[in-house]
Amino acid sequence: MPVIDSGAEPGAGSTASGTPPAPGRPARGAPGAAPTAGPAARRARPGLLRALLSSRKALFGGVVLVLFAAVALLAPVLSPADPALITGLAAQPPSAEHPLGTTAKGQDVLGLTLWGARSSLLVGFTVGIAATALAIVVGMAAAYFGRVVDDLLSLVVNVFLLLPGLPLLVILAAFLPAGTGTVIAVLVITGWAGSARVLRAQALSIRGKDFVAAAVVTGERPARIMFREILPNMASVVMTTFLGCVIFGIGAQAGLEFLGLGDASVVSWGTNLYWASNDGALMTGSWWAFVPSGLCIALVAFALAMVNYAVDEITNPRLRGGRAGRRAAAVGATPVAPAHTTEREG
Amino acid sequence: MRFILRNLGFYLIAFWTSITLNFLLPRFMPGDPVSRMFSQAQDQMRPEQMDELRRLFGLDDRPLWEQYLSYVGNVFTGEMGTSISRFPTPVSEVIGSQIGWTLLLGATALLIAVVVGNLLGVLAAWRRGGPLDSALPPLLVFVGSFPYFWLAMGALYLFGVTLGWFPLRHAFDVGLTPEFSWPFLSNVASHLVLPALTIVLVTIGGWMLGMRNTMIATVAEDYITMAEAKGLRPGRIMFRYAARNALLPSVTNFGMALGFVVGGALLTEVVFAYPGVGYQLLDAVQGLDYPLMQGIFLTITAAVLVANFVVDIIYVRLDPRVRAR
Repeated sequence: MPVIDSGAEPGAGSTASGTPPAPGRPARGAPGAAPTAGPAARRARPGLLRALLSSRKALFGGVVLVLFAAVALLAPVLSPADPALITGLAAQPPSAEHPLGTTAKGQDVLGLTLWGARSSLLVGFTVGIAATALAIVVGMAAAYFGRVVDDLLSLVVNVFLLLPGLPLLVILAAFLPAGTGTVIAVLVITGWAGSARVLRAQALSIRGKDFVAAAVVTGERPARIMFREILPNMASVVMTTFLGCVIFGIGAQAGLEFLGLGDASVVSWGTNLYWASNDGALMTGSWWAFVPSGLCIALVAFALAMVNYAVDEITNPRLRGGRAGRRAAAVGATPVAPAHTTEREG
Repeated sequence: MRFILRNLGFYLIAFWTSITLNFLLPRFMPGDPVSRMFSQAQDQMRPEQMDELRRLFGLDDRPLWEQYLSYVGNVFTGEMGTSISRFPTPVSEVIGSQIGWTLLLGATALLIAVVVGNLLGVLAAWRRGGPLDSALPPLLVFVGSFPYFWLAMGALYLFGVTLGWFPLRHAFDVGLTPEFSWPFLSNVASHLVLPALTIVLVTIGGWMLGMRNTMIATVAEDYITMAEAKGLRPGRIMFRYAARNALLPSVTNFGMALGFVVGGALLTEVVFAYPGVGYQLLDAVQGLDYPLMQGIFLTITAAVLVANFVVDIIYVRLDPRVRAR
């Protein structure tokens, strides 16, 4: 389960008792790369992983995601022919030869769906990683430096949150040249702000802890404090925002491509739906042309949401212990920042 | 009052950002929009018309800051240029004829989703672990995982094409003239059912879960125990004591969701060919009608900002704690 691993990376010195690294040593950028750890961090990783594995929701989500990842990787083996080739009669219902039927052009729908997983998952996860990274940098900087930096960055974040996302997406995509790179760039630009706000709130509560003050006093460099002292303590929030960004990426890519604003020559679930709609699959009753791709998008998004739920339940004692926290994975809920992960250390 | 003024400043900055974005995009993007339009409409357009177009666009030889100032000035006087695909109709006129439909669709869907969703959330939290609480949330999360344009396609196929219960496209039948009469209004309503229903289906889960979670926290408060000890009727405690206080986060979400009303119904409008600004925006994109595209974007942004500002003001009235900050 690579998804879970990358989010739950432990890091160094998460408690005040952990020996602070020598001041002035160059911070080597990569967040959470150091294997040394205070007692809390050492417990965190196997704890979170084991808890995830024993959660039915996370297990279901993980299995579905692994299955789809396998389909994406094995598409050339499972369906060797070029999916865009015309291999049968037009608009045929499912049969032995074409298990999911053919499109109005005569392409095999099963092949299109299998190959579509590649572009959709690739774009979704790339957007997830890039948007989360941007959100981490902005949210951390705002929380760490405070004052003018915080005011400025928060203003930018709030403006981006308020500008209507989909129309902005459409207008950006319309001006930029069509292509997968454009789609990714546009989705990152429009998708990072919400995460940045959540991460800033979380970082702010850790910023006030004693061990951060201790690190500042010993003269550690800001980048090192941000990424090696504060960030490792936010693993579960980073994970949650990452999963949210991937869900956004997959859904928004499909939406853009459905509108014809992606690269229509790429095979993905979004372009499959675009062609299905364009070729009048709805009107001719070819339900098999648009059902598989939509179902795949929904399954992946649902699986990600399930993992997200599990992470929330594991790391938020208020949700687990019968009394609910305010921060369940409600769609579009405004972050109230109840600072739930910090309680884990105690 | 200071709170409101500060917020007003923030919204002005947000609007200024979108104007600036609109100004910069055609000037710094690869490729010149005017030549792109020219190559698309090669047969109809002559070079001198192209120069005319450039001038209309504000893409002239004046220094950038001068162009910028006149652009901002034009926006605030409502002068957004001329539509290319519907030449020579002004952009503001095209938008004006369509925004009503978007508002109708978005507002209907939003109101239904908010009322029903919050009510379900209250009931689910009140009977925690009951059938409503255990069955509905996972189902709604699953339904919410579908791209909503895909649900729209499914609904159109099932209830429109196969069963024939509802009309397939547009906001009213061809041949009818808009008027305040029963036949016309009922026709509009029947065209509204499917698009509104799909938006409600996708969004209702978020409202329900949000309400459920705050409600659960509220129910655990001491004053609820106190009310129960006093022997008040459960219905009264549920709505007057608990739900009323749990509603505040939903008000904030309502402000964000208003953005959905104008901008978010876009994909649904496209599927149903519903004649709102979202459908028009796609039309403008396909026709490379940049002035219209930008005009719609600005209109949507302005509508979202104004709506959020209004919600902010209401929120201050509802929650006195905000004023203290």
